[in-house]
Amino acid sequence: MSIHIRNVTKHFGTFAALDDVSLDVADGSLLALLGPSGSGKTTLLRIIAGLEHPDSGSIEEDGADITDLHARSREVGFVFQHYALFRHMSVFENVAFGLRVRKTPDAQVRSRVEELLRLVRLEGLGGRKPSQLSGGQRQRVALARALAIRPKILLLDEPFGALDAKVRVELRQWLRRLHDEIGMTSVFVTHDQEEAFELADRVVVMNHGRIEQEGTPDEVFDQPATPFVMDFLGNVNVYHGRVENGRAFWHGIPIDYPDYPHAQARDARVYLRPHELELSLAAEARRRPENSLAASVVRVSRSGAVTRVACRPHGSDVELHVDVPADTARGWTLEPGTNVAITPRRARVFLPGPEYVI
Amino acid sequence: MIAFAIDSSPLPGSTTEVSRSRRCPRGRRRRPAVLPGFGVSAAITSIVVFSLIVFPLAVLVLRAASLGPGGFLAAAWTPRARAAYAVSLGASLIAAVLSSALGLVVAWVLARFRFPGRRLLDALVDVPLALPTAVAGLVYSTLYVPKGWLGQWLVPLGIKGAYSFLGIVLVLVFVSLPFAVRVVQPVIESLDRDTEEAARILGASRLQTFLRVVLPGILPAFVTGFALSLARALGEYGSVVFISGNMPFKTEIAPVLIVSRLEEFAYAEATTVAVLLLAMSLALLVVVNTLQQRLARNAQ
Amino acid sequence: MSTDASRPIAALLIAAAVAIVGVLIVVPLVAVFAEALAPGVAAWWRALTDDPDTRHAIWLSLTVAPVAVAINTVFGVAAAWLVARFRFPGRSLLISFFDVPFSVSPVVAGLALVLIFGRQGLLGPTLAWLDWKVIFSWPGLVLATTFVTLPLVVRELIPVMEAIGPDEEMAAVSLGANGWQVFWRVTLPNIRWALLHGIVLANARAMGEFGAVYVVSGHIAGATDTMPLRVEKLFQEYRQPASMAVASVLAGLALVTLVAKFVIEHRLATEARDLERARSADGTTHDATLEAA
Repeated sequence: MSIHIRNVTKHFGTFAALDDVSLDVADGSLLALLGPSGSGKTTLLRIIAGLEHPDSGSIEEDGADITDLHARSREVGFVFQHYALFRHMSVFENVAFGLRVRKTPDAQVRSRVEELLRLVRLEGLGGRKPSQLSGGQRQRVALARALAIRPKILLLDEPFGALDAKVRVELRQWLRRLHDEIGMTSVFVTHDQEEAFELADRVVVMNHGRIEQEGTPDEVFDQPATPFVMDFLGNVNVYHGRVENGRAFWHGIPIDYPDYPHAQARDARVYLRPHELELSLAAEARRRPENSLAASVVRVSRSGAVTRVACRPHGSDVELHVDVPADTARGWTLEPGTNVAITPRRARVFLPGPEYVI
Repeated sequence: MIAFAIDSSPLPGSTTEVSRSRRCPRGRRRRPAVLPGFGVSAAITSIVVFSLIVFPLAVLVLRAASLGPGGFLAAAWTPRARAAYAVSLGASLIAAVLSSALGLVVAWVLARFRFPGRRLLDALVDVPLALPTAVAGLVYSTLYVPKGWLGQWLVPLGIKGAYSFLGIVLVLVFVSLPFAVRVVQPVIESLDRDTEEAARILGASRLQTFLRVVLPGILPAFVTGFALSLARALGEYGSVVFISGNMPFKTEIAPVLIVSRLEEFAYAEATTVAVLLLAMSLALLVVVNTLQQRLARNAQ
Repeated sequence: MSTDASRPIAALLIAAAVAIVGVLIVVPLVAVFAEALAPGVAAWWRALTDDPDTRHAIWLSLTVAPVAVAINTVFGVAAAWLVARFRFPGRSLLISFFDVPFSVSPVVAGLALVLIFGRQGLLGPTLAWLDWKVIFSWPGLVLATTFVTLPLVVRELIPVMEAIGPDEEMAAVSLGANGWQVFWRVTLPNIRWALLHGIVLANARAMGEFGAVYVVSGHIAGATDTMPLRVEKLFQEYRQPASMAVASVLAGLALVTLVAKFVIEHRLATEARDLERARSADGTTHDATLEAA
């Protein structure tokens, strides 16, 4: 089932939760709504589920307008952030709820629930109360409950938000396999980019009630459409520079920017990701590579597989962060004061627009 | 009274907002709220609130207003009524002061100390909420008469607890004590003991710590407890009627005056006294609500 | 809890609290039963059962209170649902109306009812024409009792429903449940202890209400006297032992109420803790069931 969101706007009081949002979700895809809190991602998800009504705009499913269809009749599976399990019901009755309110015969309820409990790997736990389960188990009960009614669309609000890191990774991989098995159109909300990139076919980055960018994880990460996306997806060094004649300059190093061919110089911002900067020891590189920047090390810290090096370019007091693979850094003696050369492998330039607000 | 016929739209995560569709540009279709039952619950609530609270009290006020300013004053300001106001206000104020002071001690002990019988003491504080006021009035009057359990010791000392002003104060303290305790107790429990310890380390004496650190924290709750006690005391009837003797000009409180005027079919006087009492109660309600909002804000 | 230095003060304060509660509450409570049973259990029983007016008063209380409590229950659930689940203009004004019966003197409330339904009241002529009697009769007693107990159920439910939040109900709706199904299967089981708490408190207040009922009843023995009114009438007639006997029944009821309240509050605290736990400590344990798969 495909979903088409057309020009949806939603206000809460004077707060614009969604501002003219349009989005297509292809049949069978797994899509992530990614953004900081207050970006409108949860509101959009709830509007698809019918738990909120848009002020204007429309929602279509396979071409049929469902904007005015009550949540009860939408046949959408919704997994709430805190699961919203029925506390006084057993796991079995939680999963059975959607079938019971449809007056499904008992035998059918039993076999469907047991099938689902097997699917979410909770067979044998049907008699427990939600309070007797771990967070990850509750999460899967919520999922089984949503799937019980054979929904056409599965919506998940921060599905892993309340879980600790290890459980989160396990569940993530499991959910991806489950989606591939069932092949149902699914949309989930997250503020964790790693989660969005690992799980989703397509990622929608949202900010201030608008869609900043939509695309595959690779597209969004490699070709960020806006400074916000650049900033939101991982660490970044931001510099004020100037752009003229299709080139921007960063510490004298030219960076191509064909979008601004004019001769008149204007302010621009240069964005450099720490892992897209190359660092070499000045002593080893007898002469500084072309288009590189001389700097001295300020701080070195190890973070997992990378070594984070904070440098200060000579003649500047702005720190620059460079990520070096830990294996590479191991052979070097990097300590405060060490002279290094930094070469940008890749940089992005954005003209400061009025739309860019951090 | 309140217009409920409105377009409805929900609020994220928490509740469903029902508001006029003023931001909808082209007069959008009306949609039912996501959660069911707005219409039914609004209907039941407004019918009950209107027919049991708003309508009767409005009739009372309109009836008094129909007397005109002169007539109102003549009925409400008789010497006997003035004496009743004085007894009511005086006894209620004294009772509220006593009950909030004693209540503070009880609340402090329940919140701060662990000792055998604490839970029993805690449960006993609720007795006046559950015990019918008529029972309280009856038993208090039998306790404090000259031959009563307590009266046999107190009356020779000149302390007359039955059929006296003191008796009124006693039963009013009884009925209002739970309010004074239960408002202050959770606030004392939630006080941050570290700040007290910090004050002590900084050299404050125990009294200074109490006055400068603890008291400001519990003051809003204490005042709320006082106002609730006062409201309860001003309206009390059942217990007072047994113990006060109900002597006009001496131990007759305003609610008793209302009843006796009503029994004489003196509707004008009963109504005007009732309206004055109602005005005082509602003013206290506003005070209590304001204080409680402040309490809730402080707690955040 | 307390440090060594504060021990004497702690002991003093505890003694003071015990004395306050002892003199104001325990002594009167013990006195009711002692005085009532002083003439002997047999005399106590006769005082309750021999007098037809007393028997009628007991029966009347047992019929008025449940009806008032029932009205309160329906109102309380509806009003709490309205206020805790919807935002609408006038909401906070409505909430403050719920508190009015707490602060208005019961006598004033009773008088207001007389001014509406009494013979010279607003609806007096209409009622006379219909030959309906409200004041000095059973409906008046129910109305007055309902008024004074009105805040008790709704006040219990609002904070509990707000703490639970609407997510479970939203989930039920999105799974296809209709209004009744949401209420009976999700909402009611979640609020049952708070509801019971409110009902117990409302019942105690309804059985014991004096002022409002006194005004509307006309205290006609054998007709409109409830138990508390009977206590007063017997007291006025200088029939102290009989008065005490009826009072002791009411006091016994109050003690039963307190025990019930204590038990229910324990359940409420347990449920509040569960709710807290479900919200805070999600998924901190390793998920063994998933790994086994």
